[in-house]
Amino acid sequence: MELTEKMVANSATKLSAEEILEGKVLSVKWEPKLKYAWDNGPAIGRYLAELKNGKIIGKKCDKCHRIMIPPRMFCELCWVPTGEWVYVKDTGIVNTWIIGHVDWKAKRLDIKGGVRPITLSIIEIDGASKGMGILHHLGEVDPWKIHRGMKVKAVWKPPEERTGSITDIKYFKPIK
Amino acid sequence: MRRVAIVGAGMTKFYRNAQETSKELAYEATKMALDSCEMKLSDIDCVTIGSAPDAFDGVHMKGEYLSDGSGAFRKPVMRHFVGGGTGVLSPAHGWFMVASGMFDTCLVVAEEKMSCAYPHPAGAFITIFDHTTEQALYPTLIYIFAIEMNRFMTTHGYRKEDIALVAVKNKKNALDHPCAQLPGEVTVEDVLNSEIMAYPVNRLDISPTSDGAACMILAAEHVARRVTEKPIWLDGVGWCLDTAYWCTRDLYYPDYLEVAARQAYKMAGIKEPSKEIHIAEPYDPFTYKELHHIEGLLLAPRGKSVQMLVDGHFNRDGNLPCSPSGGLLGVGNPIAAAGLMKVIELYLQLKGTAGKRQVPGNPTCGVANAWGDLMQVGTVVVLRS
Repeated sequence: MELTEKMVANSATKLSAEEILEGKVLSVKWEPKLKYAWDNGPAIGRYLAELKNGKIIGKKCDKCHRIMIPPRMFCELCWVPTGEWVYVKDTGIVNTWIIGHVDWKAKRLDIKGGVRPITLSIIEIDGASKGMGILHHLGEVDPWKIHRGMKVKAVWKPPEERTGSITDIKYFKPIK
Repeated sequence: MRRVAIVGAGMTKFYRNAQETSKELAYEATKMALDSCEMKLSDIDCVTIGSAPDAFDGVHMKGEYLSDGSGAFRKPVMRHFVGGGTGVLSPAHGWFMVASGMFDTCLVVAEEKMSCAYPHPAGAFITIFDHTTEQALYPTLIYIFAIEMNRFMTTHGYRKEDIALVAVKNKKNALDHPCAQLPGEVTVEDVLNSEIMAYPVNRLDISPTSDGAACMILAAEHVARRVTEKPIWLDGVGWCLDTAYWCTRDLYYPDYLEVAARQAYKMAGIKEPSKEIHIAEPYDPFTYKELHHIEGLLLAPRGKSVQMLVDGHFNRDGNLPCSPSGGLLGVGNPIAAAGLMKVIELYLQLKGTAGKRQVPGNPTCGVANAWGDLMQVGTVVVLRS
């Protein structure tokens, strides 16, 4: 016997949106309320502390000589402890990007109503080794004019508003 | 190591919302697979279960939860999970069980029920990202795949209107699949004019969220020869995980997939994949991914897959039919079950029993892959008749 239409005919039952939304089929709902406190470790801990100071710091591998951001305590390629801390610049270039019309929960943004699309990007940071990118948002730019290789610079929150978070950088904006 | 054969398969229809529970879906697929080769549960020595994040179902220890529906009670059972790559790791996991000589038969069950997560399962993915450096920026899967697609496009100069042909092809192929969720005749214009999700990804560039299950039965050669006149051989398996520092990899090319593919090809004795492989089921949760994977599987030179697509090379009647099943874009994407669905398609095609979907030319060698996690895992199997 083979996998035929006859075999799969009754294999699963389709529910319509109405049947679910109007409660025609019964379901149980649960909203998890879980709380976590994640430790950041020495590498990301220092990274965050430096962000609070308005600086971006990386760490160097003495074997492959890569300057890595975000900093890490061991080089995942050479499998050795990393060496010195190295300050990198707060400028870089756009490696790749998106123009998001839905949010992180896949909910539509009201783009026609004037909500700015989400322009998340991988930014290769100047002073780090080639290809070393971090994830961050782009701002002060027409989303449809973003291009690969575009030079950008961090826009920092005022010092009193910084908390030691990746969001101490509000976004990256284009520079000439 | 012993040679391992696929002797049976089954799968449920794929839906956005299935009434059945995860266990019931697993049961339907497993029962169908056993019936397909006239085996009984008592003929089965062990079970492997593939299922992606517990967060979809909201059920921790989902392998245990699924075990009854997978025929696994009082049997050696083990669950595996490598994100989207799970469904093609499933047969590889079963291969170990049989090739090692430990067991003569293995049920390989893959199940996913994404509809449980409200309001949309996309939100459940936030915790796959680094909790400190990425989650605070609210990334989601569609974004990172769009970010990868854009890098792929800008590196090779690929155009969206050409990549859209993958959706046109796969949704059309799915018209002939009895389990398909989103089959249809769509045009390039339909794809380009569909809602923007995250540029460069439009709605029709993405596979749907789905519920469904799939199952295949593996057997050692001496059992396979008794069960079926035409066993299909699982001749190569490979898998590889790249670094989780995904922003430091160049996303234009899936190195991890090439490593996994070379492992599987070496095992299967394949030296020139583009000549020796007749049919492929590259993982296609997004349009560009089929092409990205065709390049990573060494079935097209880097930067050339789009031209081959445009030339019809990957059509069902082309030189290298790709996703003749209809793929995830057409059949649907219940994560683990979707990956196994692609391997089942190769099984049916190599047996010559794919019905309306049968590719011409009596193919004897096929490859399937799946992919997932932070765009970093590649899983590959090679099948032969």
